[in-house]
Amino acid sequence: MSYGAVHDDEHHDHKPTGIGRWLFSTNHKDIGTMYLVFALTMFFIGGAMAMVIRLELFQPGMQYVDPQFFNSMTTVHALVMIFGAVMPAGVGLANWMIPMMVGAPDMAMPRMNNMSFWILPFAFTLLLSTFFMQGGAPAGGWTMYPPLVLQLGDGLPFLIFAVHFLGLSSIMGAINIIATVFNMRAPGMTFMRLPLFVWTWIITAFLLIAAMPVLAGGVTMLLTDRFFGTAFFDAAGGGDPVMFQHVFWFFGHPEVYILVLPSFGIISQIIPTFSRKPLFGYASMVYATASIAFLSFFVWAHHMFTVGMPLAGELFFMYATMAIAVPTGVKVFNWTATMWKGSMTFETPMLFSIGVLFMFTLGGFTGLMMGITPVDFQYHDTYFIVAHFHYVLVPGIVFGIVAGVYYWLPKWTGVMYDETLGKWHFWTSTISVNVLFFPMHFLGLAGMPRRIPDYNTQFTDWNQIVSVGGIAFGLSQLILVWVVIKCARGQGEKATDQVWEGAHGLEFTLPSPPPFHSFTTPPEVTEATAHS
Amino acid sequence: MSDSHGAYFIPEPSRWPIVGTLALFLSFIGGGMMLNGSGFGTFLLGLGIGAVIYMFCGWFSDVIGESLAGSYNKQVDVSFRWGMSWFIFSEVMFFAAFFGALYYIRVLSVPWLGGEGAGFATHMFLWPDFEAVWPLMMTPDMSLAGVESKFMEIKDVIPAFDVPLVNTILLLSSGVTITLAHHALKKDHRAPLCWWLAATVLLGFVFVYFQIGEYAHAYHELDLTMKSGVYGSTFFMLTGFHGFHVTMGATMILVILVRSMKGHFSAKDHFAFEGVAWYWHFVDVVWLGLYVFVYWI
Repeated sequence: MSYGAVHDDEHHDHKPTGIGRWLFSTNHKDIGTMYLVFALTMFFIGGAMAMVIRLELFQPGMQYVDPQFFNSMTTVHALVMIFGAVMPAGVGLANWMIPMMVGAPDMAMPRMNNMSFWILPFAFTLLLSTFFMQGGAPAGGWTMYPPLVLQLGDGLPFLIFAVHFLGLSSIMGAINIIATVFNMRAPGMTFMRLPLFVWTWIITAFLLIAAMPVLAGGVTMLLTDRFFGTAFFDAAGGGDPVMFQHVFWFFGHPEVYILVLPSFGIISQIIPTFSRKPLFGYASMVYATASIAFLSFFVWAHHMFTVGMPLAGELFFMYATMAIAVPTGVKVFNWTATMWKGSMTFETPMLFSIGVLFMFTLGGFTGLMMGITPVDFQYHDTYFIVAHFHYVLVPGIVFGIVAGVYYWLPKWTGVMYDETLGKWHFWTSTISVNVLFFPMHFLGLAGMPRRIPDYNTQFTDWNQIVSVGGIAFGLSQLILVWVVIKCARGQGEKATDQVWEGAHGLEFTLPSPPPFHSFTTPPEVTEATAHS
Repeated sequence: MSDSHGAYFIPEPSRWPIVGTLALFLSFIGGGMMLNGSGFGTFLLGLGIGAVIYMFCGWFSDVIGESLAGSYNKQVDVSFRWGMSWFIFSEVMFFAAFFGALYYIRVLSVPWLGGEGAGFATHMFLWPDFEAVWPLMMTPDMSLAGVESKFMEIKDVIPAFDVPLVNTILLLSSGVTITLAHHALKKDHRAPLCWWLAATVLLGFVFVYFQIGEYAHAYHELDLTMKSGVYGSTFFMLTGFHGFHVTMGATMILVILVRSMKGHFSAKDHFAFEGVAWYWHFVDVVWLGLYVFVYWI
């Protein structure tokens, strides 16, 4: 038996065929494609759950679903969107782009890469199967706080094992990315010449390796509390339910940055391309990203200001949270300065990136508001927090991922996407996402609590507007599916290798679509050809 | 071969990752059903674990075959080093969750239950007679008269300067023996390499044997169980996961011993040995933390 790519470079693109190509794949592009298709599928499954929520909240009173099922919808919507849509989309982009960006033939450990992907559909089978079990799907919120989560029926072990399984996938994926970037860079590709998307992903990978095992430990304690009589989260036995919240958010806050940093990386690639200027303050971007990641381990308790922590704790976590605004501000100003006096054009990836810049910043500001402890006492667990994190997650992160998809789709498929459809997608999404999430700020400030299927009648008007925005946003995403299908079928103008006039980086030196294994011989990287 | 693909080694498509995924999937389904009280679940769990072992054997056979065939260059070696290092770091963070829980319980939540600081009201209204001591022999709900506790009162805890001290010496010695094996390997002396490795495996399994004896003693004579409130919870969670890691580590060293006997390693090229040695030292260091914070102080 022979190992490695025995095929000579003359007939490259010797691809395995049939279902085995996907099941046994050791190819970063195929695995990346599977990640992205999976993420898009889960985005629509999670979106369907959001539609159920918005339908029920269209009017006060109980209409379509019972409260238990409503709570399952909010809980599983979050788990599906975070672990099934956003994280796999980020890893999918990393798989596709990192080997090409650093000048490598593939990921450092291609077999492990395969397992990182294939775990996902099976882990979500475990999670979604709980809908059909006695006691139903998890309904105590995605944060899985005890003692509420321990009251779940037969679904509990499956929820916990799904989390373990997903954690395994993330850790293996993260190890692979670190090994790839540390060890597979082309000659001359020094660390400070890496494209910013690669930088944000190394730092994300560190966060994953440090945070996911802690979540695994936390949910393991839930499992033993329920089934083996331990008392970690039971005060009657000397434990403390609040301790779970500490363990969870020690994972959960870095997780927020695991979600957002790849999006930052993507727009740091796109904004220079369409401003036709190098990224402003490359080094400060790297240091700011690293600072955000480092600080993210010291702010977790700002998620739990109202649980009754000692005052010193409240103050420490408030100041630490404020500190994160500094490196984040550096990034926002750098993106703005990159555009300053640039020769800008507004293709779809650029539009989505500018959307991220504006709307992520808006979400960041509401985050600062809630980082102030006394203020948080009013907003905690209202629709204000729902508005905040959806601004960060949807126009801040999903828009970033979508921008990346539009930016690299011509590279992946070899044909340009339909620019008219892309612009329609951007404008319908941007308008509807604001109709969807902006009024939630008002609802929250007026006192509407989150995770409740019914509300007082004075909240009706804004809720109806929100629901209309939600359905419009959901429908707008069908345009993206249409665009992707058209490109995948090769319908469109032929893309050049360079794709975009202002594009820089190794991925744009390869043909569109690139060969099956990206760089069979390492390219030379010099200061002049380094990052945009 | 690696050289036919520029300077790189890329493995062929492999069935092991999907086999591993399905094996774990089966184990999780079985485990979940078992916890929900289904006997068939236990059967599925057994089947799943068997399949996981099968996957490990198959996957590592492929890797060993590739290694012996000389497919791995320096770059692959470095990738493995990064991979193993960060895997061990992820394990460190897994244990950190439980050490963190132990810290929180001992330093914050048990004193609060005893009425200190922020816990003043909890103490007064819920368990006014509860005394915060460590080791926590009596849980808060035992301090209420006329209420049957969910937990077991601990008669005694395991003293640090008894079997745990012997176990500490065993593990530290095993750290020395594996280093001696490494020195022998670097001089290409196969016989002492194998003997020192065998000694390491033996020390590891004797440690596990003593640990099992200690558990039996705790369950039967001391009433120190997982159901003994938060002391038992932290004790068994930390020592249990550590014991599991010792078992894994000793098994890994056993594999390395067999491979050493077959002459798979050279003085220059033996990353598999080093990776397992790193893992063994990690298990050793975790034990030192356990010995100090769980048994001793």
